[in-house]
Amino acid sequence: MSHHILLGTRKGTLIVDRKSGRWTPRPIAHPGVSISFAARDPRDGTLWVAMDHGHWGPKLSRSRDEGRSWESLTQIGYPKGARFIEQHLPTPDQDPSAEKATTYKEAALLKVWVLAFGTKDQPGVIHAGTLPGGLFTSVDGGDHWELDRALWNHESRGGDLFAGDATSRNQWGGTPAAIAYGEFVPGIHSIVVDPRDGNHLYVGVSSAGVLETRDGGKSWHGCNRGMLNDYLPNPEAEWGHDPHFVTSCPAAPDRLWQQNHCGVFTSDDGAGRWARVSKNDVNVHFGFPIAADERDPLTAWVVPAKGDDQRMSIDGGLFVARTRDGGASWETFRKGLPQEHSYDVVYRHALDARGDFVCFGSTTGNVYVSEDRGESWQCVGNNLPPVHSVRFA
Amino acid sequence: MAWVSFTRHLQRFFPTLEACEVPGATVRALIDELERRHPGLAHYVIDETGRLRRHVNIFVGEEPVRDRAKLADALAPDARVFIMQALSGG
Repeated sequence: MSHHILLGTRKGTLIVDRKSGRWTPRPIAHPGVSISFAARDPRDGTLWVAMDHGHWGPKLSRSRDEGRSWESLTQIGYPKGARFIEQHLPTPDQDPSAEKATTYKEAALLKVWVLAFGTKDQPGVIHAGTLPGGLFTSVDGGDHWELDRALWNHESRGGDLFAGDATSRNQWGGTPAAIAYGEFVPGIHSIVVDPRDGNHLYVGVSSAGVLETRDGGKSWHGCNRGMLNDYLPNPEAEWGHDPHFVTSCPAAPDRLWQQNHCGVFTSDDGAGRWARVSKNDVNVHFGFPIAADERDPLTAWVVPAKGDDQRMSIDGGLFVARTRDGGASWETFRKGLPQEHSYDVVYRHALDARGDFVCFGSTTGNVYVSEDRGESWQCVGNNLPPVHSVRFA
Repeated sequence: MAWVSFTRHLQRFFPTLEACEVPGATVRALIDELERRHPGLAHYVIDETGRLRRHVNIFVGEEPVRDRAKLADALAPDARVFIMQALSGG
């Protein structure tokens, strides 16, 4: 059981240690810098942080001495010629009947949204999901990074725009998470590595859906069968889905979980087919994060929110829901969590489970941890910065 | 030789950074020379396409740099250049 938690917050990195049964944050690292994601590489213990400097551009930071010192890394960058098809937010004077020429934009890194580590037999392999819509992989522990060109050039994005103009229609929509950067571009927020085979990956894209590779990123295909959306004329469209977070059960990697804009979904056949397992009678439907149990493929946790029209706690009370039967039923837990005047929302990377421990952090700077699989909660802090990510370390 | 000054906030990442004389016919050439002296500094000012970061400003004299895409603005031999963080990024 991990006795450390890494928090990526709006104002820096917090390492929280469990000592004598109490969870206590250390002094903040990267003070003042917005941290989009923080996690420990379980293979060599390196701590990794994705920094989102307000002025100075996105960068990575790593610590090889348990957070005593940090090294900034500037190597992730799109190669020359990496272009994407521009999308624009609708404007009041837009004429939908007007034919618009396809325009292209040269990619520059806006944000490193998520990091994922390769398998035990792939030392040094690290993956990064980015805005705009990139998957980068390092094979040398983060010193050099390569854009996955097969995914970048996928037919669902217009084809190989390094070589020329689009040869197919772009199916990847922008993510609202990009609007803060003055752009409307897709983003990769989920990377699922199959622990049995490091060449088998899934990525979750906002907003397109889930894609899979079985050959280490040389080829990709969409796997969104069974997905449903509530905002397109065809609810079963192949593309246009909005996964908020995608994860899998490490002990049974064919069991995938997805908290989607349009409900909670699961798959028991490696994303061959998804099934919606939301339960509106217990308010399990909308939300951003989902955590899978390490061992039991049927157990997962979510932190539901009122949405998508409000995006805050439901009726002022914060709760966590857990299923132990693959989503057929959900239990809700409120002990130790505020039940009035709570307006918290929990972002997609801000819930994690490890053994019996579960932890989440909210946009209003509240962090709670459970040591009994989510049934009761203790507060780690109420006045922390807005929390972007929570990972046991 | 242009005289270059920096927002003090860059010293957090480059502690030895001080105002200095730098050769360069254009703002981009000046950035390249600064990168040679302080490896990694350019990444804080421009992105991988060479574009000035959205929330960074460079002034030549009291005028903001005109070419934010390529930083091709020419520099007079006695130019004074200021690399600042923009108010918009705070």
